[in-house]
Amino acid sequence: MNAPIRRLGLVVAAMFCALLVATTVIQFVQARSLDDRPGNRRTLLASYSKERGSILVGGSAAAVSTKTDDQYKWLRTYPHKSLYADVTGYFSFTYGSTGIERSEGDFLNGSSDKLFYRRLTDIVTGQSAQGASVQLTINAKAQEAARKALGNQKGAVVALDPKTGAILAMVTSPSYDPNKLSSHNLDQVQQSFTQLSKDPDQPLLNRTINGNLYPPGSTFKLVTAAAALESGSYQTGSTLPGPAKLRLPGTDSYLPNDFPGNCGANDKVSLKRALTISCNTAFASLGMKLGQDELRSMATKFGFGKSLSVPMPVTPSVFPNDLNKPQLAQSAIGQYDVRATPLQIAMVSAAIANGGKEMTPYLVQSVRDKNLDVIQSTDAKEFANPISDGTAKDLTNMMESVVSEGTGTNAAIPGIKVAGKTGTAEHGAGRNADVWFTGFAPADNPKVAVAVLVENGGTAGQEASGGLVAAPIAKQVMEAVIGK
Amino acid sequence: MKTKIAAPKTRRNTELVLLVVAVAIVLVAYANVGLAVNESLPVDFFTLGGGFAVVAFAFHLVLRWKASYADPVLLPIVTLLNGLGLVMIHRIDLAPGSPDAAPKQLMWTAVAAIAAVALLFFVPDHRRLRRYTFIFGLTGFVLLLTPLLPGIGRNINGSRVWIAVGGFSFQPSEIAKILITIFFASYLVQTRDALSLVGRRVLGLPLPRARDMGPILIAWIASLGVLVFESDLGTSLLFFGLFVGMLYVATERRSWIIIGLGLFLVGAYVAYLLFAHFQERVSLWLDPFQPGMSDQIAKGLMGMAAGGMFGTGLGQGHPELTYFANSDFIIPSFGEEIGLVGLCAILVLYGLLVERGLRAGVASRDGFGKLLATGLAFSMALQVFVVVGGVTRVIPLTGLTTPFLSAGGSSLLANWVIVALLLRISDHARRPTTENEGRPENLGTDDTQIVNVK
Repeated sequence: MNAPIRRLGLVVAAMFCALLVATTVIQFVQARSLDDRPGNRRTLLASYSKERGSILVGGSAAAVSTKTDDQYKWLRTYPHKSLYADVTGYFSFTYGSTGIERSEGDFLNGSSDKLFYRRLTDIVTGQSAQGASVQLTINAKAQEAARKALGNQKGAVVALDPKTGAILAMVTSPSYDPNKLSSHNLDQVQQSFTQLSKDPDQPLLNRTINGNLYPPGSTFKLVTAAAALESGSYQTGSTLPGPAKLRLPGTDSYLPNDFPGNCGANDKVSLKRALTISCNTAFASLGMKLGQDELRSMATKFGFGKSLSVPMPVTPSVFPNDLNKPQLAQSAIGQYDVRATPLQIAMVSAAIANGGKEMTPYLVQSVRDKNLDVIQSTDAKEFANPISDGTAKDLTNMMESVVSEGTGTNAAIPGIKVAGKTGTAEHGAGRNADVWFTGFAPADNPKVAVAVLVENGGTAGQEASGGLVAAPIAKQVMEAVIGK
Repeated sequence: MKTKIAAPKTRRNTELVLLVVAVAIVLVAYANVGLAVNESLPVDFFTLGGGFAVVAFAFHLVLRWKASYADPVLLPIVTLLNGLGLVMIHRIDLAPGSPDAAPKQLMWTAVAAIAAVALLFFVPDHRRLRRYTFIFGLTGFVLLLTPLLPGIGRNINGSRVWIAVGGFSFQPSEIAKILITIFFASYLVQTRDALSLVGRRVLGLPLPRARDMGPILIAWIASLGVLVFESDLGTSLLFFGLFVGMLYVATERRSWIIIGLGLFLVGAYVAYLLFAHFQERVSLWLDPFQPGMSDQIAKGLMGMAAGGMFGTGLGQGHPELTYFANSDFIIPSFGEEIGLVGLCAILVLYGLLVERGLRAGVASRDGFGKLLATGLAFSMALQVFVVVGGVTRVIPLTGLTTPFLSAGGSSLLANWVIVALLLRISDHARRPTTENEGRPENLGTDDTQIVNVK
């Protein structure tokens, strides 16, 4: 019987090997990702036991930890309440964290590998451990202006520095007060969270980068126009058909303009004029001429379908596949299944503003340890180069006329050249349009590019259009940045 | 010509040295918990710690007296595991909102050690157990089924594996495990020749005769019964695996393993189809983080991850955040506080314990001893595999106690008895035969006698 006992011994050895491997996988290989799971109370308790770094906007704190006498030792507070909520996110004992609190959590709680040497010196010198602080790129004035201009309307505003990609404003509405979720009164936190997560308006959603993507409507005409100019077959003065309504090939349905009548004399219109007055029929037929591959390729070059982190992950925007002619016609004017985040639309404007070079958007300017030594700082990086400098100049020229004499006059700032494009995305019956404005200023030396989205027509309801509702908001944000 | 063979050493001094190390580790761990949680030595450090050391060394003395050739590694390993279990249970008691389980566990440790000592006294030769083969078998199966009796059966945490008599609850399957192992060993030694006869060959595999399939089918049905009526996957798996393992060792026929695995897979699959309870276990095994479902595995995993390589240190983690942190999930508690390194050390201790048991089986000079030692060691290996594999996602989670570590009296008692049996068998195996010289008074009391022919 000794041989089978020895063989059974091998089976036992294999069983124990399996256990050793499994524990190693859990405690070594997967340990980091398990620690980082949202709602991991141990990680939270560990991060509560030392002072968490601040999140700074300019010289003031958007999130700061204050000492308390209870078991959690430090309370996370947000002095500006809801103003920066969409950027900072919340830091909750019960519900984990979101936004910068989550994405930069390793730095804020001091557990990042880059802080290893500093942790070591802290232990040796006996100093209390402290997280690193995170300096944001947000411009306080632009953020306040955007919040104020958006008011009670549902929507989103994002502003970029076109030359660097730095995010200057990121506001979504409705928003929430993160203090209510970071409180140590866990019953109240639970109550607030339940209320917020059940709210049909989704105040916890960052509309600029996540959640529901929106049909970009006529703002997408910028991409269609870019594709046309880049193809070499079109110039700003090229003549396009511009009837009052366009019959969609193979169907009995018509694609109309947003305004009554045709786009120009004899149903003809130039490319520049078509963009200025947002002529649907001209761009729909242009899209069909170019073909879906050209359009999709241009959209992809601008970033549609690409993943991106700012450092919060951004939901990729979508340009649909396998379009038939009528679908292509609608896609060319940003309808059908084309979907975009406000950040993506702002990036399109920023790329045009920056001579065709699209910069990678980012929120974190620098990370400093408690001695204010810089541990990490972000340099401007090129994300893509979707269009040539010449195409960018042509598009800028066309967008200036949108603001000076077209649909976007409400975005005009006296004494400053503003470039822009409006959008009014129809949803069909029962719901008002989602309205857009995107643009940049000053057009000759761009300092800010914006995208504004207002859901469901905002306060203007059925009368809403991008020019009426979104353009004035964009104007105020751009003014705040330029300092006028 | 006669060659003089050196008499084997008793190795009791080796055991003493190892035991000192084991007790020292436990005492340091206990002090460590006090210092970490309350920043002072536990007030009862000298009384409780001393008491624990006294129990361990008293056991050692009993071995010197009653089983002087017993394996020297078993007692130190078991002392270390039991002591570490006590320390962890005490540590979890200190966390806010936890019950006081450590004093009870300490009392059970003493009871279990006394039971083991008593066994060493009253069973001077393991072969005597063969006399009661069928009494043990019957008692074992009855004990296994007692939780089903109305009145004394208790359903705790979804499994009906407890009985309660007069405010005193007990898990009878732990004791049944030992009785049934003795029964299997004795039965298989008797019938091994018949069971290893070959009937037809199917696909080149020599199958046993159909009429010999009876015992394995009965064991299969009994385990399925435990599974279905007591909802206890772990116990069911343990008994069936144990039976198949012992059957293989007794007959040396691989076909029994294949038949056993086949029956097991069929039973498990049918149970999976029939019971939502098992489907839930399997889906939590595949993905423990499903929203809206039990998060006990998830919490254990997060605890282990928090420990990482070297652990948070005893008393400095949060094992209390895991459910059943001092019983079914005590392994994640250790993983959290003493890290991957410490947990691997614990697993290696179990591995050594099983290996020593199997070695006693190999060295044993009688078939019953071989099978019994192998069965006891293998049952311990299976139990560790099922419970640790359950919390580390090697297999679906099932409820079994972790030998020597988990809070729980019946488990502790049963495992100490197993170790006492292994000590007894190893003592018998290593004891030189020549010692029978000059002890003719033993003649006639044992089943098998060694006759020295000169």
